Amino acid sequence: MAHQQNKSVFSGGLIGPAIGESFAKLDPRKLIRNPVMFTTASVALLATVLLIGTVLSGGDLLFEAQIVFWLWVTVLFGNFAEALAEGRGKAQAASLRSTKAELRGKRVKGGTQKVVAASELRAGDIVLVETGDQIPADGEVVEGVASVNEAAITGESAPVIREAGGDRSAVTAGTRVISDWIKVKVTVEPGEGFLDRMISLVEGASRAKTPNEVALTVLLTGLTLIFLVAVGTLPAFAAYAGGSISVPILVALFVALIPTTISALLSAIGIAGMDRLIRFNVLAKSGRAVEAAGDIDTLLLDKTGTITLGDRQATEFLPLNGVREAELVEAAHLSSLGDETPEGRSIIELAGKGDSTPANAEIVPFTAQTRVSGINIGDRKIRKGAVDAILGLQEFDKTAGAQMRALTERIARAGGTPLAVADGSRLLGAINLSDIVKSGIKERFAELRRMGIRTVMITGDNPLTAAAIAAEAGVDDFLAEATPEDKLDLIRKEQSGGKLVAMCGDGTNDAPALAQADVGVAMNTGTQAAREAGNMVDLDNNPTKLIEVVGIGKQLLMTRGALTTFSISNDVAKYFAILPAIFVTLYPGLAALNVMGLNSPQSAILSAIIFNAIIIPLLVPLALKGVAYRPQSASKQLIRNLGIYGIGGLIAPFVGIKLIDMAVSSIGLA
Amino acid sequence: MEHVIIVALILGGTTLLSLPLGAWMKLAMDPSSGRMSRWTGLFARIGGTAEEQGWKGYLVTMLTFNAIMFTVVFLILALQHYLPLNPDGMGAHDPTLVFNTAASFTTNTNLQHYSGEASMSYLSQLAGLMWLQFVSAATGIAALAALARGIAGRPSLGNFMVDVQRASLLVLLPLAVVVAVLMVLGGMPMTLQGSAVATTLEGVTQTIARGPVAAFLTIKQLGTNGGGFFGPNATHPLENPTFWTNGLAMIAIMLIPMACVWMFGGILGRMKHAAVIFSVMTVFILVKITGSVVFESAPTPAFAELPVSTDAGNLEGKELRFGATGGPLWAVLTTSTSNGSVGAMHDSLNPLTGLMPMAGMWLNATFGGVGVGMINMFLYIVVAVFVAGMMVGRTPEYLGHRIEAKEVRLAILALFSHAFLILGGTALFAATSLGQSTVQDPGAHGFSEILYEFTSAAANNGSGFEGLGDGTAAWNIATGIVMLIGRFLPIILPLAIIGSLMAKRRAAESAGTLGVEDATFGTMLGLTVVVFGALTFLPAAALGPLAEHFSLP
Repeated sequence: MAHQQNKSVFSGGLIGPAIGESFAKLDPRKLIRNPVMFTTASVALLATVLLIGTVLSGGDLLFEAQIVFWLWVTVLFGNFAEALAEGRGKAQAASLRSTKAELRGKRVKGGTQKVVAASELRAGDIVLVETGDQIPADGEVVEGVASVNEAAITGESAPVIREAGGDRSAVTAGTRVISDWIKVKVTVEPGEGFLDRMISLVEGASRAKTPNEVALTVLLTGLTLIFLVAVGTLPAFAAYAGGSISVPILVALFVALIPTTISALLSAIGIAGMDRLIRFNVLAKSGRAVEAAGDIDTLLLDKTGTITLGDRQATEFLPLNGVREAELVEAAHLSSLGDETPEGRSIIELAGKGDSTPANAEIVPFTAQTRVSGINIGDRKIRKGAVDAILGLQEFDKTAGAQMRALTERIARAGGTPLAVADGSRLLGAINLSDIVKSGIKERFAELRRMGIRTVMITGDNPLTAAAIAAEAGVDDFLAEATPEDKLDLIRKEQSGGKLVAMCGDGTNDAPALAQADVGVAMNTGTQAAREAGNMVDLDNNPTKLIEVVGIGKQLLMTRGALTTFSISNDVAKYFAILPAIFVTLYPGLAALNVMGLNSPQSAILSAIIFNAIIIPLLVPLALKGVAYRPQSASKQLIRNLGIYGIGGLIAPFVGIKLIDMAVSSIGLA
Repeated sequence: MEHVIIVALILGGTTLLSLPLGAWMKLAMDPSSGRMSRWTGLFARIGGTAEEQGWKGYLVTMLTFNAIMFTVVFLILALQHYLPLNPDGMGAHDPTLVFNTAASFTTNTNLQHYSGEASMSYLSQLAGLMWLQFVSAATGIAALAALARGIAGRPSLGNFMVDVQRASLLVLLPLAVVVAVLMVLGGMPMTLQGSAVATTLEGVTQTIARGPVAAFLTIKQLGTNGGGFFGPNATHPLENPTFWTNGLAMIAIMLIPMACVWMFGGILGRMKHAAVIFSVMTVFILVKITGSVVFESAPTPAFAELPVSTDAGNLEGKELRFGATGGPLWAVLTTSTSNGSVGAMHDSLNPLTGLMPMAGMWLNATFGGVGVGMINMFLYIVVAVFVAGMMVGRTPEYLGHRIEAKEVRLAILALFSHAFLILGGTALFAATSLGQSTVQDPGAHGFSEILYEFTSAAANNGSGFEGLGDGTAAWNIATGIVMLIGRFLPIILPLAIIGSLMAKRRAAESAGTLGVEDATFGTMLGLTVVVFGALTFLPAAALGPLAEHFSLP
């Protein structure tokens, strides 16, 4: 599902089913979820019943029939927008569902094996998965190691290693073992797995309204009630003036005034927001989480992989006094031949002397216990490693030792990690391993700062190193020598100050912090516990995405706000179209309010109601793609959106209604 | 040119005066510590309690207090012919009028379906009506102080009984004394003697009504009440003797509503935010003043066919001492502040001029009534913040308070009730003989008379378009109910919003939060007021003032 190219909003394959769905959604039980559209449908029904009366008794049939037609079209357009937004997810859900249907597992029970359907597997069952098999259910590897292709979930075809114990033990249903075998303990009941959740997410089936959506619906419903009073009192006012207003016209005015545009697009906007995240390979477990992402005040970012490239690289050789640099380089090179870690490779690369081992040399490989690697050439014992480890190898000259400490501290203060090099009893100097800060990351943080978001770097480094990298990357704060408890405390502290915190993590020990954070993005490679705790899962395992996730959350809310503003501003023009048309028979002087110079009262009313209907599909692309978003301060954001959608919403219908009026009257519809 | 100078002096002067008064009101209403807080102990002893109240407790005390006031005044008015201080021997009132008047003064509306000098005893005027003019204004100030405390994040809203005494004794009374002395110096009567009897030059005996006018009038203006001592209100020469008392009265009308905004900002500790709100209100008031002065500079339509000079504008129904500007300016100032006093016959204003006072009452928040004007503006702020908040890409928040479904529901309900009371009432009376038989003029103008009466009642303004036979039982009961709902619902609902906000965790503010201290927010707030306050009434306006205007020959 990932890595597919973005389909155009109106791609043919989606439109057909969406049109069918538009009619299915006329079901009152579905419509009632959206009070404004339900109201529109109700008055459309009322107008239809009255139309039948007109047919029987005679009257302006053509005009009334057109009004009824456009009222229903308004409702259908609203349904269409929702169906189209849902349609994009449905195709993905269908392919996931077929994956799920085919799943079979070899259940191991008391030494016997039995092939059963995935739906029969319960939490606690053990299944054997061998080369070529699909993993039938979410679970933990309890035995064995295997490489697993997770493309079905992530779209990434490079296999990953899954093994018992540690942070790489979680496996997901639907992924395929491509070599070796593993035994998996099922951790979820049928229907509750990751795949099931994904299906319901992309389908939007379990979509509950988010708090902000509920609040906006309340506002729009309230506006509808206010306009109900404004329009509902008109017959009484007209009666005072000795006239009357026909019901279809009142209905037309009412529907034109109530915020149908935003109401029709409301759920499409929400679905599209989730969809944008999914296309971005991030799964949000609820719409609420997406909204919360827009509100984030503090981003906790892991240093490694997010702020820095990840691996530390040798960047400098620093000899002690009285040592030639060439001597240090040679020793560093030789001693690193036994170090296969990325750091070791980077030393060899920096030394630039190739990686052939000299004859009669004995390699001392790097181990995590000794933290030292080296080489023995005859009597020469060349060693390089962590400063403490080297200094602990044997007694060194006191002055040189002190010099080494001063030098390495300087390196640490500048953000590097020092390694010491010794040749026998002689200290030669140090190698500076630097974290390479990702290019462009500083600008990103500056952007975030302008948006009012504080970034905090989380690192296991010592405070000196952390401070230097923090300064280089331009983060606002850092947490050095961080333990999982520290992270949790930091999140709680920020939250008690009224801030919303986002973080990402993958390990089991990250789970409490992920759960505590307002937005917790778990890496898909992470443990089951981490994935359960977070409210989003990043399928690409790219922690930098947190920044984009915030943007997507903001864009979702901005789209909602912008279209609400647009919808409400439209009312001014609609008033100027319909009011003179209705009242001109009572007070001919009110023709002066017909500032658009609309052709006739009937064409004016018709044009307003047509504009009101067709603006919905015209805005569907905007609702699905979201309004243009660029990171900037709230104040600039407001000026921009108020300018475009407020002023635009004021002007657009004047132009649109006038054009429609010209069209309607020229082809003689009114 | 002269209009511009008068408007600038009165508006600008009042703005300047409102700043120190606002600072004083903050100190008086919300003493943090030090010298002002010593009063609190005294007030607590008088009120019997200084218990810190939550929103429910505060509301219950406030409503109980108002209910008692209503009952006492109802009894005074109903039994005035048995009670003392009735030198002119005023008789009994119709019960529906007693209900209407008690409701009218309890709700700070001062809609008068009677003529004071012809039917009210001095006891009714002073112990009944003037007393209510004080405490109803004090109720408004107290409610605003409570609202501001809630927004400021205090743990409680304060104590109503203490607040209402602070507002009466530390704010309204001292100010009223100063203004009343100036008014007396300007020639206004202040006596408890009955009507004066004079013999005119022609030898005719004339009875001149008088009484404790200065005391009554001062609080009527300061407390955005508006109920006149005399039937013709501020057009009566003894209620408004000179050009200077007229100017002073206009300042008194605007002063406390303006200062309330500063008090609000002071309690919040957000003076810049208050300045933005103040600016938005000022822009609205300037638009309305400009509109009314320009529209009124045209002569009355009755002159259209007559060979008379028309340079002086529409002088019909004006107090000629104040000219064609003074009348509409007064009309806009009073209707913007829910002050029911009248300085000209609104019924005689040109149609579009007449629209301006109505618009002021529809919005009811461009300064608005004492305390409650700012509370009404808070409702618009909630809606503006909600829409603008989304547009900056966050779930909406106001000064760190998250605005969610519950707050939006309460705010919209308050705005809905305002529209419903005005339009629903107008529809009922316009379509039936209840209203149709009481209008003086047929057609659009008569419709305006009905619309205006309900608008004035719902907005707790109290002025009348007049020309309406509004002394009927139906009018008394209908407007009485509208006034009560229109007063207390817009206090109950905002305090309920505050209660809901106080129960939530407050968010921190950052550069990504919607700012409420800049011109952009001011624009957004202004648009919200127009869309939610004015658009609703456009059809009614079209059938009233607009229809009349466009039907002019």
